[in-house]
Amino acid sequence: MGSMWAGRFTATWNRATGGRLKPSRAVKIPALLAIWSGPYSTNIFAPKGTPAQSIFGLSVFVLGICLAIFLIVGGLLTFAVIRYRSRPGDEDSEPPQIYGSNLVELSWTVIPILIIVVLFLASTRIIFVTQKAAKPANALDVVVIGHQYWWEYRYPKLGIVTANELHVPVSDPEHPQVTYLTMSSADTDHSFWVPELAGKTDLIPNKVNTMWIDPTRAGLYLGQCAQYCGVQHAKMLIRVYADTPEQFSAWVADQQKVALQAPSAAEGREVFLHNACVNCHSVSGTDAKGIFGPDLSHVGGRATIASGAVQNTPENLRAFINNPADFKPGALMPAMHLNDHDLNAVTQYLSTLK
Amino acid sequence: MATHTSAAAVAGLPQTMRRPGGVLSVVQEWVTTVDHKKIGLMYIGYALIFLVIAGAEALLMRVQLAVPNNHFVSPQVFNRLFTMHGTTMVFFVGMPILFGFGNYLVPLMIGARDMAFPRLNSFSFWISAFGGVLLYFSYFAGSGLYGAGTAPDVGWFAYAPLTSKVFSPGHSTDYWTLSVLLSGVGSIGTALNIVATALTMRCKGMKLSRMPLLVWIYVVMSGIAFVAVSPLTAAQIMLVIDRYLGGHFFDTQAGGSAVLWMHFFWIFGHPEVYILVLPAFGFANEIIPVFSRKAIFGYPAMVAASVGIAFVSLGVWAHHMFTVGMGPDANAFFTFSTMVVAVPTGIKIFNWLATIWGGNIRFATPMIFSIGFLFQFLIAGLTGVMLAVSPFDWQLGNSYFVVAHFHYVLVGAILFMIFAAFYYWYPKITGRMLSEKLGKWHFWLLVFGFHMTFDFMHVPGLLGMPRRVYTYEADRGWGDWNMIVSIGAIFQTISVLVFVYNLVRSYYKGEIAGPDPWDAWTLEWSTSSPPPSYNFAELPTVSSRRPLWDLKHPDDPDSNYE
Repeated sequence: MGSMWAGRFTATWNRATGGRLKPSRAVKIPALLAIWSGPYSTNIFAPKGTPAQSIFGLSVFVLGICLAIFLIVGGLLTFAVIRYRSRPGDEDSEPPQIYGSNLVELSWTVIPILIIVVLFLASTRIIFVTQKAAKPANALDVVVIGHQYWWEYRYPKLGIVTANELHVPVSDPEHPQVTYLTMSSADTDHSFWVPELAGKTDLIPNKVNTMWIDPTRAGLYLGQCAQYCGVQHAKMLIRVYADTPEQFSAWVADQQKVALQAPSAAEGREVFLHNACVNCHSVSGTDAKGIFGPDLSHVGGRATIASGAVQNTPENLRAFINNPADFKPGALMPAMHLNDHDLNAVTQYLSTLK
Repeated sequence: MATHTSAAAVAGLPQTMRRPGGVLSVVQEWVTTVDHKKIGLMYIGYALIFLVIAGAEALLMRVQLAVPNNHFVSPQVFNRLFTMHGTTMVFFVGMPILFGFGNYLVPLMIGARDMAFPRLNSFSFWISAFGGVLLYFSYFAGSGLYGAGTAPDVGWFAYAPLTSKVFSPGHSTDYWTLSVLLSGVGSIGTALNIVATALTMRCKGMKLSRMPLLVWIYVVMSGIAFVAVSPLTAAQIMLVIDRYLGGHFFDTQAGGSAVLWMHFFWIFGHPEVYILVLPAFGFANEIIPVFSRKAIFGYPAMVAASVGIAFVSLGVWAHHMFTVGMGPDANAFFTFSTMVVAVPTGIKIFNWLATIWGGNIRFATPMIFSIGFLFQFLIAGLTGVMLAVSPFDWQLGNSYFVVAHFHYVLVGAILFMIFAAFYYWYPKITGRMLSEKLGKWHFWLLVFGFHMTFDFMHVPGLLGMPRRVYTYEADRGWGDWNMIVSIGAIFQTISVLVFVYNLVRSYYKGEIAGPDPWDAWTLEWSTSSPPPSYNFAELPTVSSRRPLWDLKHPDDPDSNYE
């Protein structure tokens, strides 16, 4: 299986680049571009997964052709503008009038046609390799549902529901591991875009789309919603954790546990269960079964809250519960107006839900 | 200047209609006019006002985006700004300014005294103008009785279901719908008028094969408008039905289709790009030959390429939808159809190059703007080819790369040619030259600002920055690029101020132009500057594509070669 995916990529690369460009040489380009990026890259030229990698190969090929066209046509234009500038004495007479030439015009019709045929064939190959790839038997299934302004992730075969932080197993050439995303939206249009892993795919209500990712390096990948979805479109951030097999198994085991009922947080749990929180949020093992907001069964284990907008610290969590608009004006969660005592208690309770 | 109806002048009747001077009579004259030149000028003036408004909106957005996590404007305000900026620039700047030039120039260039339907012409202008006013009235009335007024915030392509009552309460979306709908009615009216004028009002001897390329292009552009504006109008009516009459066309919660709206919108939206860019090609077709002192190279191919672009443009719309899950076959088809546009467009670029080749190029302001256009349009075309490669688009689509690409087309190509057209025809319109010195300041400031803004705007797109975000994270490495982009906007603003100053100053102090300041070849230069309301005292007769060339070179007329 592994060699099939790797082999397919190599073949794709060679066809897209006509075999002239070796991946090893192309790798220097993302290294150069990496200087532009911050600590976490969302650079489309730094691919870390097969779909992004095959798009990158095609992109380099297309950029090369476009650069060549630009240099030739731009060079001719520059030459003509300089060479045929009006000089002193030219005002008295008109230059020879030329009305056209069928042969010349035919040549600059046919050559572009040949170029677009080449570009079309190279594109189509990548379209089919990416969108018609057979689903491997061991693929992990995740259902992604876009909400105004957060992401819901469901793992139907594993019985896990979580939000905003997607955990997937890393894929290595020896043991390729593809994650299949089945996507839709609960409200407006959204788009799932993690540039280093793959191109974007829209999440559209009443429509089911699919895409696949196979991060080749363990670590955190960032992205964000790429289809305008409402007031807080900008803070609908994506975090994809590519876990090693051990990390992933441990994470799955944690998520499959029923939410912790720590005696120390009993008071906060009562506040949570007796307020409007339960209308929108779920916590497994309790009566909180709301579906409009993120599942909170293991919210304490996430690195961020508010769909990646801020770090998940007790202070931030408390401030967010008190008034979500402080971080995300326009977020659909209302300000809860709890008194200080209840606010502290519920913050403490949610922090225990690792 | 005496005012008289063209009918009276043509018939040589005594001027019994002269009204007493004063502000009211001037207003009455402009409001009631059916003269194609006055209507054209009103279109242009109205578009310039909206250009300043929408430009100010762009500046506010650039201030907000100059640094990460900025709080200059709220997300709600930002979302209204980009919605209003896009809607205004497309429907109330681009369309009216180009229809304005068309209105002014088409009858003059074909040797006619007015448009075919002068009253329809006036109606089209006023209904479009009303649309623009309605759009901005939403700032006061968008929320109806619910609270403070708001403008639409659904984006200029207003994807469903964000426009449904659930996600867009109040009336802001309704104002957007109605203003776009009215603008569409005006566009259809003017398009109809241009086609009828070009087909029926040409002077003696002007066969279709001798019609100036600009007029040809306006006919083609009007043809696209017939086909493309109608689906938009239909979609707006369906949206109103959804919002007020319980329809479910786009109401996904009741089984409607969000993708249906996308198809409706883009089957208008992409041809719209060609509606806007074709007149820019038309200006280039007139200006580049005159300042290269050569006939246009390959006239028949230029006409064929324009018609070709029009046909192909109707089959490329779904390249705006490569990420909506159309499936690999549709993605491949639209990749190909979109790339095909590059062929007729390439023919145009090469023919302009061949026109310059062997000429005596005079670097007057209209020509330097045209040369800027040639280079920038080349780049815009090449980034367009990149976006047509659908896998590349899965990365670039909806990113700042796309924003940079289409601003390269809209500003780098279209706006540059609109400025070229101003410098070229202003002497005809006012009788005075625009200042060349200020024109060159305008050009160089704009070139500098344009490239600073839009060259560097490609980069955050490549680095993963999506469009339509009111702010962005500090750790993505997008901050410096956005700062450069925002600084460039300041230079562009200054350049436009120089232009406006030039327009006003030259009206009073500019050098007297005379009928033919550029030693040009088409019919508008054969009448006085500004032209009398009846355009031509005696209707001209032509025997080639360049009647004034024939007049100036009786020993070697064009008619010998065509």
